Amino acid sequence: MSPPHVTSLPRPPTAGEKAVDVTFRHGTFAVGLGVLGLLALIVVEIGGVAAPALREQGLQFLHGETWDANQQVYGIRPQIWGTLYSSTIALVVGGVLGIAVALFISQGFLPRKLELLLKTVIELLAAIPSVVYGLWGIFFVLPALRPVTEAIHDAFGDFALFSPRSAGPNLLGGSLVLAIMILPTVTAVSRDAFAAVPGKVREAAFGLGATRWECIFGVVLPTASSGVFGALVLAFGRALGETMALAMLLGNRNEFSWSLFAPSNTLASLIANTFPEATGTERNALMCAAIVLLLITLAVNVLGTLILARTNRRLRGLA
Amino acid sequence: MTAIELPQRPAPSNGSADGIVIDLKLDRLWYGDFFAVRDTHMPIERGSITAFIGPSGCGKSTALRCLNRMNDLVEGFRFEGHVRFQDQDIYHPRIDPVAVRRHIGMVFQQPNPFAMSVYKNVAFGLKLNGYKGDYAERVELALRRAALWDEVKDKLKQSGLSLSGGQQQRLCIARAIATEPAVLLMDEPCSALDPIATRKIEELMLELKERYTIAIVTHNLQQAQRVADKTGFMYVDTSQGGRTGYLVEYRPTRELFDDPREQATKDYIAGQFS
Repeated sequence: MSPPHVTSLPRPPTAGEKAVDVTFRHGTFAVGLGVLGLLALIVVEIGGVAAPALREQGLQFLHGETWDANQQVYGIRPQIWGTLYSSTIALVVGGVLGIAVALFISQGFLPRKLELLLKTVIELLAAIPSVVYGLWGIFFVLPALRPVTEAIHDAFGDFALFSPRSAGPNLLGGSLVLAIMILPTVTAVSRDAFAAVPGKVREAAFGLGATRWECIFGVVLPTASSGVFGALVLAFGRALGETMALAMLLGNRNEFSWSLFAPSNTLASLIANTFPEATGTERNALMCAAIVLLLITLAVNVLGTLILARTNRRLRGLA
Repeated sequence: MTAIELPQRPAPSNGSADGIVIDLKLDRLWYGDFFAVRDTHMPIERGSITAFIGPSGCGKSTALRCLNRMNDLVEGFRFEGHVRFQDQDIYHPRIDPVAVRRHIGMVFQQPNPFAMSVYKNVAFGLKLNGYKGDYAERVELALRRAALWDEVKDKLKQSGLSLSGGQQQRLCIARAIATEPAVLLMDEPCSALDPIATRKIEELMLELKERYTIAIVTHNLQQAQRVADKTGFMYVDTSQGGRTGYLVEYRPTRELFDDPREQATKDYIAGQFS
């Protein structure tokens, strides 16, 4: 029996509370749509400027190898190649390194506090401005790499991969700096994937008599594999779009080459380096290059997101 | 792996209590500064089911996890006493805890199959031990012994996580027994399961004890009475200001429940607390 002076408290939500709820819901919906609209706007606007060049150059734009404003011939095959080549090398180096670091800071090799400290330090790497990475590349990585590349060239110079003898900026140096730049992305996302592997699953592996190595490679990595793959795809997306450091380190040569030691160029660097002095048709052509870059990174990121979504489903046993 | 080889396991027993397979003696046990367990001595008999019962925090899971050195994974764990498995001290410095866990399997409270196929789950332990024979045969045998074969034989390639909770737990049992360990430890194996699945696991335990020695931690007193040959009742001592678990009595299950000697046991069984 409740005392007589206590009245029942529940009441239905007021009209005002309902109105707030509805407004909030519609508001978030509008903001969400706004983001999509922004993306569409960017594509349409840049596409509008790019259209004349694309009409004029046609498919030649994608597979042509010459970029010459005087003759008004624009082909971006070397830059597409340079973009994919440098990003792939960065992905292989940065990916392996990043996953190794992620394992090191998530699998109990270190005291918990040290793990968190290292995680924070690695995430700080992402805060270093691109141009600083570029300077570091020019003053440290390229000179440090030089004796190595020269030795390799002298020994294996007959291979297209190691010729010509590198002098100054080259693809390998830029790609290695790029690898360091994407390392935080790989590490942070795959660390989260490893951390999402339930403790009870690791316990099961240890309970069966797995060593730490067997637990990591037999259970943790396979369980987190889609997450790790997602991390790699996201990192690849970042590498594709990276501009400043590569503009400083690759040498900006618009020429197709297999060589690791030759100067190269990427779509992003081409745009950044050429745009300030470009006029007329070259401007339009650069917009085309921007669209191509946008499409490549968009495709890579969408793929990454889809795969990340799959990880969670898989951990719950739905896939 | 180890300098000292663990002794080969004798032929499977016929289920009669014919000797001590593990001698568990925890005089004092700590996690860091926390004094967790004292004075717990439980010789575990071969080919039988031994239950650990008691209220939460009495150290029964801790005691169980000493039997295959799972506590080594907990920072700050140390104890005085001994754990002898077939007369060998498994905490001897030259014994590899990984080797111990290969001889003494474990089933956990939460079903924890790996995010891989049913088949690969069961084959996992075989692979760890470098088994060279017919995997399919071993996997089927383990699944049959875990009373799961008929339900999964058409979906061996499906994820172990796609099974129901009870099936997942039997999959974990199959995974643990695929390598024929001498002893099977079960840490509240039914607490996440519904009564029907629980019944199945209990029936399974009674069948498995023909081949394996089983030690089980359970919150469920009826379960202990249904399956266990011997039962140890542990309780929490708060008199020193801490919460230290200790063994109150350890006797054949029937005697413990019908005629408890200690007042704490009597009260607990009567359901007066926890």
